Amino acid sequence: MTNPTAMQVSPREGDPEITAEVVADHGLSTDEFERVQRIMGRDPTFTELGVFSAMWSEHCGYKNSKRLLRLLPTKAPWVIQGPGENAGVIDVGDGFALAFKIESHNHPSAVEPYQGAATGVGGILRDIFTMGARPVAVLDSLRFGDLDSGRVRYLFSGVVSGVGDYGNCVGIPNIGGEVQFDRGYEGNPIVNAMCLGLMKHEDLITASATGTGSPLMAVGARTGRDGIHGATFASEELSEDSDESSRPQVQVGDPFTEKLLLEASLELIASGAISGIQDMGAAGITSSASEMAGRGGSGIELEMADVPVREAGMTPYEILLSESQERMLVVAHPGREHEVQAILEKWELEAEVIGRVTDDGKFRILEHGQVVADIPALPLTEGCPTYEREGIESEEIIALREMDLSEHLIPEGDLTRSFLLLLASPNVASKQWIYHQYDSTVRTATAVRPGGDSGVIRIRGTNRAVAATTDCNGRFVYLEPRTGAMAAVAEAARNLVCVGALPTAITNNLNFGNPLKPHIYFQLREAVLGMRDACGAFETPVTGGNVSLFNETDGSAIYPTPVIGMVGVIDDVAKITRHAFQSAGDDIVLLGTNSGEFGGSEYLYVTADLVAGQPPSVDLEGERALQQAVLKMNHEGVLRSAHDCSEGGLASALAECALGNGDSPFGVDVQMDEDLRPVIALFGESQGRIVVSCSPENTETVLALAGRYDVAAERIGSVSEVGSGFSIKVRDGAVSATVSDVADAYFRAIPGIMDAPSGSEA
Amino acid sequence: MSQYRLEVRVKPRPGLLDPQGKAIHHSLNSLGWEGVNDVRVGKAIYIDIDAESADAALEAADAMCRKLLANPVTEDFEVSMVGTPEKTDS
Amino acid sequence: MKVAVITFPGSNCDYDLFKAAQQVGGDTTFVWHRERGLKNYDVVLLPGGFSYGDYLRAGAIARMSPIMEDVIAFANSGGPVLGVCNGFQILCESGLLPGALMHNDSLKFESKDVLLRVERADTLFTSDYDPGQILRIPIAHGEGNYGADTETLATLEAEGRVVFRYVNAAGETSEEANPNGSWQNIAGITNEAGNVLGMMPHPERAMEELLGSTDGVALFTSMVASLQTS
Repeated sequence: MTNPTAMQVSPREGDPEITAEVVADHGLSTDEFERVQRIMGRDPTFTELGVFSAMWSEHCGYKNSKRLLRLLPTKAPWVIQGPGENAGVIDVGDGFALAFKIESHNHPSAVEPYQGAATGVGGILRDIFTMGARPVAVLDSLRFGDLDSGRVRYLFSGVVSGVGDYGNCVGIPNIGGEVQFDRGYEGNPIVNAMCLGLMKHEDLITASATGTGSPLMAVGARTGRDGIHGATFASEELSEDSDESSRPQVQVGDPFTEKLLLEASLELIASGAISGIQDMGAAGITSSASEMAGRGGSGIELEMADVPVREAGMTPYEILLSESQERMLVVAHPGREHEVQAILEKWELEAEVIGRVTDDGKFRILEHGQVVADIPALPLTEGCPTYEREGIESEEIIALREMDLSEHLIPEGDLTRSFLLLLASPNVASKQWIYHQYDSTVRTATAVRPGGDSGVIRIRGTNRAVAATTDCNGRFVYLEPRTGAMAAVAEAARNLVCVGALPTAITNNLNFGNPLKPHIYFQLREAVLGMRDACGAFETPVTGGNVSLFNETDGSAIYPTPVIGMVGVIDDVAKITRHAFQSAGDDIVLLGTNSGEFGGSEYLYVTADLVAGQPPSVDLEGERALQQAVLKMNHEGVLRSAHDCSEGGLASALAECALGNGDSPFGVDVQMDEDLRPVIALFGESQGRIVVSCSPENTETVLALAGRYDVAAERIGSVSEVGSGFSIKVRDGAVSATVSDVADAYFRAIPGIMDAPSGSEA
Repeated sequence: MSQYRLEVRVKPRPGLLDPQGKAIHHSLNSLGWEGVNDVRVGKAIYIDIDAESADAALEAADAMCRKLLANPVTEDFEVSMVGTPEKTDS
Repeated sequence: MKVAVITFPGSNCDYDLFKAAQQVGGDTTFVWHRERGLKNYDVVLLPGGFSYGDYLRAGAIARMSPIMEDVIAFANSGGPVLGVCNGFQILCESGLLPGALMHNDSLKFESKDVLLRVERADTLFTSDYDPGQILRIPIAHGEGNYGADTETLATLEAEGRVVFRYVNAAGETSEEANPNGSWQNIAGITNEAGNVLGMMPHPERAMEELLGSTDGVALFTSMVASLQTS
């Protein structure tokens, strides 16, 4: 069918005139507007302009990222659904499939952290259950400025409460996540939420509208004026005026309604009464309806007067663009609307027929029978222009990367003091303050809770489990985007193998500044290329994700932060490994090599307030070999624990292994003789390293298995009784402290800052 | 100088979703009350404050609302005097 | 043992409680809050979660559900009723247990393992435990701070109706061991007749080694045992 042209539509009474200013306010460039005119064969009405502006916003149209995203590897025999649907889906064995995706809600969280974070969780849950999968876990990846700012503490505590309250109320366990505090995120917090859902293969349902005459139904909450133009809002930078003028934009979440909606949706899907279902997320009814039409190759006609509304006097423009939460759009089989309504009624939710599927390829909107919008559907969803911009590396960042760091390698005072300071730094310190606010055990499936390398959910009825982690060190990506992005993927894979999971696939959230600026586009392009290289090397295809651009305040952008949400499969729950040491007397073995890199390290930030230097290099082949070696050791059952080295270097990793969750800590007695400066040996953040512990009778096996994969391995010491203290000796220095001092530094840091009596506003 | 008692009423801004109000509305309907058209839930905060005058007390409370007691993004507030002021030594 | 797991809109631990009862051999059914009649059941379980979003007050709206009339009648005729977390809150709101659960004194949601001391090993819920036994059980709540008026609290202690208390590794009730500020570290109580137990921690989440602890199993086996002897 050739693309139908738009029918003539008289302007709606009371609607603003389409002027150049109005077009600009809607975020469309003159070129883009001309494209709209060509598609329509005339000028758009105000309602139609609103629809285009939402669908062609960065958030919905991926204008500046689509061409780059096409470079990513997306296929593998175990991928059931790749990018393009609400979530990616992989096969995890025994007839089960895992749906998973990560999404951002950055801009709303900067204005109203609690609701921004809560609705972020709500949105990602819907993306999962709209596929027919029951959500079984969430993870959150957060970034904030330094915690010495009162405003940052406010954002941090609001976001954590929002994530917690929403997920806890719906009853989905939070099994992991990460947070980084750096002034690079001042003013622009990053709030990414990931969700995993499980289903049998046959439960999968896609979101396309087919079957001419099929009724379209709005189910769930009523439509109000929430977040109108939230999609466009997310595509603009924040300015100092954002608080006041942004007041209409923030949506309020209702997790109770979401829980009911979740149960009702799964029941609807199982009933067979519907042929398609889609959640209403960014750009609400508009995006869900037009995407369903686009995928189905059909058309859609909606009557605005039939949409259940919460506020009086809503115009078609407002109804179409509203981002009221907890709503789904359902395509019912003709004649089965009543079944749909009965199911929704049981769960005390509303369901109304608001339109039907047509065969004329149009996205048509009626108001009391009058046509107010008539748009060719495919050009609307597929015709959004995509851009390839100019990418030039920033001179300033090149200089930072090439900075000579030697003066900072001389420790001030003694190493033990530096070590305790590092442990007490919020980026290294225990995150219990966060995850003790998240229910991590509801649904009795969490085999590994937050606090370790990855979260693990067992699959009831089988011997299997799935593991998930979110990772990205924004500093590394800032200093050298391609390397930093590879490092994010590598770290995620290491975190998975540490619990015994085979890295299988990823979802990713690209959090960047304004891509129209060449140095930002450079970061975006390089990061995507780094992701491509690493995902290719590890055979972890990309099944989908999210792009959040324009994360800047007053011209200052966040660090480029491509968050990697990686999932893995565990064949046998009996082989799950954890990060904490188990027994005094066990041997500690370091796998991998410290290549002596120091750039972008937490130590440098804490002692010199610097983010500079060459970030640690990533040897993709070496990472792959390390992953395989650890998985082999895990299968052979010779490991007592496994933990990845990341922020804070080896010394911090050893502390984490020794302390565990604080209930039964151990001492550590380690000696190393590398030809490295002490601060590098102890705190350098070289990639490709995992610390394992094993019973002494298995040490030879561990070393031999490492050798088989060409992975460097060395027995560096042993786990000791808690009373023996924490001791690491390197060639030219040592760290020596009581376990109690180590524990205090590590566990008391964040509560000390956040739960301190007030009067500490900065 | 007198002690004034102020009542601060913090309410969800009109137009924003009030999940609590919605759930309570629904329950009242289920329990048999007809004709309930809307329910919105706020909170009342009572503050006893020493001030030179009633105006000064109200001004202080207004500032407290803007700074702490109400979230300007999601809530509106009203301040009023309750009872009679008590003279304090000073 | 025929077990009813009452489900309210927003209950989200119903599934876990169902599985726990099933694990000890219970013939278990979900009973939706709008259904009526509990005559065919031996045990009634009120699960945790956020019935009605915890809006207004935790448990306040659920307590008005049609099925609660039957739960109250069941309890008054001596039937065993266990309320976990939100279930405990609903029992208090409905008057089957005294007192109330208020916001945790930290004002934050608390999700972690706690240690409980079994104060009474002679109730129908705890006969398979030893007196003074220390259990490792997860909690996950924002409003678990148990309190009541002075007279009620005195009565509870005098009548030995405190069944579980929060303790530290040495088995002592300390402030540090108390995750929510509950008066006298109270974690679970019974009614006067001893057939209704309300507790904030989640025994149904401590049924498998893989998930961290099996200390919850004995609570459910105790109920099975009590029915066999009655």
